[in-house]
Amino acid sequence: MKRSKYRLPLSQRIYLIAILKGMGITARHFFTNLLRPGRMPNVGYPEKRRNYSPRFRGLQILTVKPNGEIRCTACMLCATACPADCIHITAAEHPNPEVEKFPKEFNIDMLRCVFCGMCEEACPVDAIRMGTRYELANFERNQFIYTKDDLMRAGNYTQSRVTRP
Amino acid sequence: MRLNLGPSHPATHGTLRVFVELDGEIIRNMKLEIGYLHRCFEKMSETHTWNQVIPYTDRLNYVSAMMNNVGYVMAVEKLLGIEVPKRTQRIRVIMCELSRIIDHLVAIGTNAVDVGALTCFWYFFRERENIYDLFEAVCGARLTTSFTRVGGLYKDLPEGWTQWCRKVLANLPRSLDDVEGLLTTNRIWIDRTRGVAPISKQDALDYGFTGPCLRACGVGYDVRKAHPYYDYDKFDWSLITEEEGDTYARYLVRLGEMRESMKIVEQALDDLPDGPVNVDDWSIALPPKDQVYGSIEGLMAHFKLIMHGIKPPAGEVYSYTEAANGELGFFVVSDGTGRPFRVRVRPPCFAIYQAFPQMCQGQTISDAIAALGSLNIVAGELDR
Ligand code: SF4
Ligand code: SF4
Repeated sequence: MKRSKYRLPLSQRIYLIAILKGMGITARHFFTNLLRPGRMPNVGYPEKRRNYSPRFRGLQILTVKPNGEIRCTACMLCATACPADCIHITAAEHPNPEVEKFPKEFNIDMLRCVFCGMCEEACPVDAIRMGTRYELANFERNQFIYTKDDLMRAGNYTQSRVTRP
Repeated sequence: MRLNLGPSHPATHGTLRVFVELDGEIIRNMKLEIGYLHRCFEKMSETHTWNQVIPYTDRLNYVSAMMNNVGYVMAVEKLLGIEVPKRTQRIRVIMCELSRIIDHLVAIGTNAVDVGALTCFWYFFRERENIYDLFEAVCGARLTTSFTRVGGLYKDLPEGWTQWCRKVLANLPRSLDDVEGLLTTNRIWIDRTRGVAPISKQDALDYGFTGPCLRACGVGYDVRKAHPYYDYDKFDWSLITEEEGDTYARYLVRLGEMRESMKIVEQALDDLPDGPVNVDDWSIALPPKDQVYGSIEGLMAHFKLIMHGIKPPAGEVYSYTEAANGELGFFVVSDGTGRPFRVRVRPPCFAIYQAFPQMCQGQTISDAIAALGSLNIVAGELDR
């Protein structure tokens, strides 16, 4: 097998020069990181967290009206727009005739959700939004089905949903 | 000796199975097996509306998802016979070129890791993170962007994004220079890549190579130059070509292309017109939210579009863009209903990967690893 049909200049044929040059570059990084650790790109997760933009597409939030009732009218647009078929809504008649229709059940299967944001885009009454929560790990499959109550609470989450087995 | 490389091997960057017949360390024969990451993209598309296919395109070449988004919607827009607003075109160009930069960063970074140079990988991934932050601020996701919509975009750029983008771009040459300093004249890197897995101009053309791998063989073909779309011909940038067609040439082409992409992004940022990002046709793009909340026409159009989807006229179209790996083509067929009748993808990797056994014949097994990294085979795109 013929390899070296290229003739390298002397400076490159000697390993040492290239090695020293490379060491220079890495040493520069080493010292800048040492002197200014704040500028290192690392994030010390989970003590520190990366700040995401307000547009971040995380766990969905079901918004509520000022009186605390769910805003969703069970129009099924989000379930239709969802490419992953993961929104399951059961509609029911609301006791208040002014409201007419509301979702009795509203489940999102987070194991199927791809966080594409199409449900948010499809909602005609701003009842579903993409929140910024992203740590959705859990221990059992059925814990990934987020119910209406979970999603309504998702707007002001503080406690983790994770329950140890 | 017969050896299985993969399907899950860190150097295959995905799930590829390579079956090699070795004589000592020299490769005598090689057989490829693909399909480990087959996810039925084309068949799935047929059961979704035109817009619902977009999240699926993210998962083709997941290293540069934006370009697949753009390539796909371009095909559907061609079918519909519409032109998106200038602002949208510019934003798409910016996103595509940023994705190209990311893709090349990953390709070079991982290629260097495969031959044992880990440092470059870190220097590049810092810049990659910065660009991902830009993406996340625009569309809310870092990897699976789903940013485009037929006839427009998911959202317009946020406030102050352009300045931020300029800042990220200004930092990029620093890392490129660092890695260039570490690799380009480094004897070890040269020994591991020069003359490794070469392919001749004619063979590359015969196999259907496109993209950086073709340009590394001395063929100056780039869809952006040859069949310009989105005003690529109006930007000032040049084609990077090399002659040797080996792993080192592919590295040089990618490195040069990142600098050219930076130029394009800067020009597109300078020349970013104001205005809406979606076409003004409610049977294609969703009405603005204030119309949906406040007017019955808007609400009706919104319902209609979500329920029935966009209805392009019956017909078929092939539309192609220059993705990071080469020509990414979408052949879409519509039968006039709200769902695609057929979507066929022409992934650039597929043609390139075919040539892999020929390129590696007579080389050592460690060279095959170096070559595989430089071809930048993305299994998601290869298997679809
Ligand atoms: S984010 Fe996408 S996949 Fe998830 S529920 Fe909404 S529409 Fe479905
Ligand atoms: S689109 Fe909005 S209102 Fe309609 S079902 Fe979904 S969340 Fe409820």
